[in-house]
Amino acid sequence: MTQKIDPLKKMNWFDRIAHPGQFLKWSRYLILPLAILSVILFGVGLWFAFFNSPEDYQMGDTVRIMYIHVPNAWLSQLVYVTMAVSAIGTLVWRHPLADVAMKAAAPLGAAFTTMALFTGALWGRPTWGTYWEWDGRMTATLILLLMYLGIIALWRSFDDQLRAAKLIAIIVLVGTINIPIIKFSVDWWNTLHQPSIVSSEGLSMPASIYTPLLIMMLAFTTLFALLQTNAMRTEILRRKADRQLRKSLNKENG
Amino acid sequence: MKAFLSIIRRDIKLATSSFGDMLTLVLFFIMIGVIVPIAIGPDKNLLASIAPGVIWIAAFLSSLLALDKMFRQDFDDGSLLAMRHASISFEAIVFAKLIAHWLTSILPLIIATPMLALMLNMNTQILIYTIISLLVGTPALISFGAVGAAITVSLRRGGLIAPVLILPLSLPILIFGVSAIKLGTGAGTQSAALLILGAISLITVAFTPFASALALKLTQE
Amino acid sequence: MIDLGPHASFIIIAYLGVAIVTLALIISNIAQYKKQKNRVKSFEDKG
Repeated sequence: MTQKIDPLKKMNWFDRIAHPGQFLKWSRYLILPLAILSVILFGVGLWFAFFNSPEDYQMGDTVRIMYIHVPNAWLSQLVYVTMAVSAIGTLVWRHPLADVAMKAAAPLGAAFTTMALFTGALWGRPTWGTYWEWDGRMTATLILLLMYLGIIALWRSFDDQLRAAKLIAIIVLVGTINIPIIKFSVDWWNTLHQPSIVSSEGLSMPASIYTPLLIMMLAFTTLFALLQTNAMRTEILRRKADRQLRKSLNKENG
Repeated sequence: MKAFLSIIRRDIKLATSSFGDMLTLVLFFIMIGVIVPIAIGPDKNLLASIAPGVIWIAAFLSSLLALDKMFRQDFDDGSLLAMRHASISFEAIVFAKLIAHWLTSILPLIIATPMLALMLNMNTQILIYTIISLLVGTPALISFGAVGAAITVSLRRGGLIAPVLILPLSLPILIFGVSAIKLGTGAGTQSAALLILGAISLITVAFTPFASALALKLTQE
Repeated sequence: MIDLGPHASFIIIAYLGVAIVTLALIISNIAQYKKQKNRVKSFEDKG
């Protein structure tokens, strides 16, 4: 393919790095560092979690489930915030990269939320004696999972992904109302669930437990950044391939 | 204002002309009240205790069933596109359609509620609370529904996906709607739930016409 | 391996489940990327 005249020169720096083609170029250099970083963080975090942290005086060894439960619960919300911010980008600036980010985040969010619920159930059984309790936070997380799945289903039912992005952005933003409900629901119907652990109360746990938790949260967040970047690259390539497919079909038909 | 009222009048006229649809919806609503006792047994005390929940579920499902006809027909025959050139804003038109939809699809259900109450062994006081709770809560329900219907209006298979999107958003309505009926859940809980339900209703009714109108505009681009 | 106490099975299942889902996520992420990359490449080869 011959190089055309570069139309990007007139753009400002943000437009330049956010242009899908340019994003494809520079984000390549993000993948490896992020991958290495997350491997290191997971290694250190898991070592802390199993070999260098005490058992909790109340929960015993089951406190170790927290090191994977809390990061996933945190990501289940962070991914939705990512989607909501992208949705604003889609609707207000009509930015193609925002569409891509919003689409890439949904399956990741569904996976992290599933893991949060799964580990939560396994943590709840030994500590409270039940896998599932219809308390505010757990219910809200379940609703969040249903919303992710609904959004994924909606993406798949549209043929025209550009139009789909704008419409889905609306439902994502309407759903954002749900995030505060998740946060505050714990005050509403709190039954068995513990109050928010990383909260304004400050460090309500000893540093020996807080350190592995923080490292694991960083590890999972880095993993999300890695997977999100790669999924965005995948989506840009998919659109590129679709465009080429259409072009070649048009050529064949004359 | 005249244009606004004429849209409502038009939609009501259209809905009442297909009276069969309205009747079907009410029948569906009542049938849930018939199948629940058959499914769980005719124990009167049990039925009375779950009645508020059952009525809200029935209202939920019926309103989801009616969702698809809120914009679909007008979108398909192009009258929605024509309405964008009306003298009032498109958001106001969507709001008018919302009101008309509530009057033709939800109000008949609320009128049929005493039938359900009879079958589910509710006493008069609870029935009154139920009707108040439905009157306060259902506007929020169809407001969220309008967003779902507007987003999926261009999809041929949109009938099923809109409810799936809307249900999680509407759960707070269900929670507070049912709590607004139940007695003996502690002093003040019931009236607090009704107030919160009212707040949710007001906010969503004020908010969602903009979201729905935006979705319809984007679909027609 | 350290002693995980009376609820060891819960801890192990939780970690195992998360490991499986995370690995599946990573693998599908890479596979999807490869698939689209190949699609684009096959079009570019054709010209």
